[in-house]
Amino acid sequence: MSPHVSASSRTRTLIAHVEDKPGVLARIASLFRRRGYNIQSLTVGRTAEPGVSRMTLMIDADDDTARRIEANLYKLVNVLDVVDLADHAAVNRELALIKVKADVDTRPRVLQIADVFHARVVDMDRETLTIESTGTHDQIDGLVDVLGAFEVLDLVRSGVIAMTRGRESSRPQPNTHVPSPTSEEQQSWPESSTTATPISA
Amino acid sequence: MTANPAAPLPGNPRTAPGALLTGAEIIWEALAAEGVDVVFGYPGGAIMPAYDAMLKYPGIRHVLVRHEQGAAHMADGYARASGRVGVAIATSGPGATNLVTGIATAMMDSVPVVFITGQVSSTLLGTDGFQETDVTGVTLPITKHNYLVTDVADIASTIREAFFLASSGRPGPVLVDICKDAQQATAPWHPPHGTPRLPGYRPEPHAPDEMLERAARMIDQAERPVILAGYGIIKAGAGELLRAFVEKTGVPVASTLLGLGGFAASHPMSLGMMGMHGEAWVNNAIQEADLLIALGMRFDDRVTGRLATYAPRARKIHVEVDRSEINKLVKVDIALIDDVARVLSAITPRVQAKTREPWLARIAGMKGDSAVRDIQGLPDEGRLYAAHVLHDLWRITEGKALVVTDVGQHQMWEAQYYKHDYARKLITSGGLGTMGFALPAAIGARFAQPGDDVWVVAGDGGFQMTACELSTAAQEGIKVNIAIINNGYLGMVRQWQQFFYGGRYSSTPMRSPDFVKLAEAHGLTGLRVTQRSEVEATVRLAQATPGTVVIDFRVEQEDSVYPMVPSGADLAEMIRRPPPPSPLVETAEDP
Repeated sequence: MSPHVSASSRTRTLIAHVEDKPGVLARIASLFRRRGYNIQSLTVGRTAEPGVSRMTLMIDADDDTARRIEANLYKLVNVLDVVDLADHAAVNRELALIKVKADVDTRPRVLQIADVFHARVVDMDRETLTIESTGTHDQIDGLVDVLGAFEVLDLVRSGVIAMTRGRESSRPQPNTHVPSPTSEEQQSWPESSTTATPISA
Repeated sequence: MTANPAAPLPGNPRTAPGALLTGAEIIWEALAAEGVDVVFGYPGGAIMPAYDAMLKYPGIRHVLVRHEQGAAHMADGYARASGRVGVAIATSGPGATNLVTGIATAMMDSVPVVFITGQVSSTLLGTDGFQETDVTGVTLPITKHNYLVTDVADIASTIREAFFLASSGRPGPVLVDICKDAQQATAPWHPPHGTPRLPGYRPEPHAPDEMLERAARMIDQAERPVILAGYGIIKAGAGELLRAFVEKTGVPVASTLLGLGGFAASHPMSLGMMGMHGEAWVNNAIQEADLLIALGMRFDDRVTGRLATYAPRARKIHVEVDRSEINKLVKVDIALIDDVARVLSAITPRVQAKTREPWLARIAGMKGDSAVRDIQGLPDEGRLYAAHVLHDLWRITEGKALVVTDVGQHQMWEAQYYKHDYARKLITSGGLGTMGFALPAAIGARFAQPGDDVWVVAGDGGFQMTACELSTAAQEGIKVNIAIINNGYLGMVRQWQQFFYGGRYSSTPMRSPDFVKLAEAHGLTGLRVTQRSEVEATVRLAQATPGTVVIDFRVEQEDSVYPMVPSGADLAEMIRRPPPPSPLVETAEDP
């Protein structure tokens, strides 16, 4: 167990916008490895803005550790901004493809489960069913757990992507956002406990 | 540091903007535009175009080292002594990997150094070409930032960015790896100037006024406050601001190792060094304090001892430019994420003037307890103690020398007995603890401060790690005075073996060459001291002798540094020097 995972740790999602330059992913991976921070999932992709990529990181961290991760990410010259979705209402989604052994006898039961989870069947042969599911991380966990009653032959999960709810952009505007440091962060830590919005869809 | 590109250094060509230059020439144009007048380096295949072009830039002096680690430490020593950016240059592969210890040293102590390395041609990248190493990969965690340049058109702007990054915010090393074909290609020279556009880089955070106000009230309310002054004071040039704050508030100052000299040791409010080998009263004062005001320091484990019992009664205010240091080890009550000079100038008018006599009297009592056992008041009985050598060196040089120490026992004795009144006059590897640092760093510091009396204080072990740089000093005609505190052991490790490993001296006895003959073999002067009575005359002889002088001080072999807080112990749990008949006692105020 990493020294940064304590009893008050919980899973949270960070969004980082980074310059789309060689080596940026290595810098972020190196930071997490060196400081002993845990990454549950990491997704990277382009944004609508040329030269800017977006990373969604799911991490296990308590509030203090999350703040230090954020501060350390900001120290990387190629990181443009970081948003901890613990402070925002957000939609998060993960995509999974699950190949399950399903013969004539078990197929109806697997299909029924897929239906309950609003998952789609995207491939099928005599022995197997391949199910595509989109949902929150926990929903995917639930589906995978239930399908465990059958034989799961192959499983791939995309990692979580997330976006703030409502009108708010996940990308702080350069002129309005003061990422380092906010007045709240300048204040006393021991007393202040951030009231985090649970991440749920 | 924003250089004026319109003012080339004497001897450098006057290149018109837009002129077609090779990448190699652009490197030197860009360095000259930054005001660079000395670089430390070693040539090799992938950097040869740059070395060839260098001949056209006589305004930049090149110091040929004997090992690239030396170049890194020289650039580091230059930067620490001057406050400017140091520059080291090396070839690809082994040249670059030899820099690594020096880069990590600069990183840990936040020293602004720009490293330029040659790289194989861009067409060979990733093919395991001869002398190819992924140097940006290797140095990724030990640089503030690094660059791989494959296109001649990017060289000038990258070097400008490197200097800006190295010297702004929390300073640090930046490496620029430049492919050989980019050095050979040509591009028009456009001098970059001003602040580079780095949208993700925010070096100047500002603490809001209401937080400064809250900190001021906390300081007003404290009865037993202590300032913890770190290297940030020196980097920010905040010594005078700190003095004004201290003289108004009556808060005494404890220093980290790297903070020594940031606040004058002779000032009545100076307590001395804190931490593992700090003075007993300093550590006790911290443990009794009701408020710690940490200024530009990062609560290193050598400073705090056991975290769970560190300053248990104290509220904490942390003034620090790097937000990621806040609450890393010690939870603080108020964090002021800002430049320490700006905070001090803003907060001094807001705090109440106080004298805090009961608290200062209490600390004076703790001091008196140690002062009666001051080593300096005791006879040496014909033996040569390192503590006496350092004390005498301080007295003879009137505390004005620029002292560069290596790492180990002598480093701690220097910190305890050489009382630094001036900033940037102690240069030492505090964070990484790099043996072999002192001699090359002193050569670099010599270029930054040509008027200073530069002294290397090194152990017999560390000195030999980079002793090859004696040859550099000889070739370059550089004068530094080298005091080897020679006890025939890797002394600090031997001390730990004595205290914590049952006295089993595993690989710590060390046989050294005859340092006097070693100096003479380099065409330098070697001297030897075995009695305290010889110290003063020998130091003065070294000062008066042209060229680098090596003094072999044959000190007591199994002496230890006291007090000592064992690693991970409570700060107040100090190992004290055994009572007489041992003639030595631990450090204390000077008589």
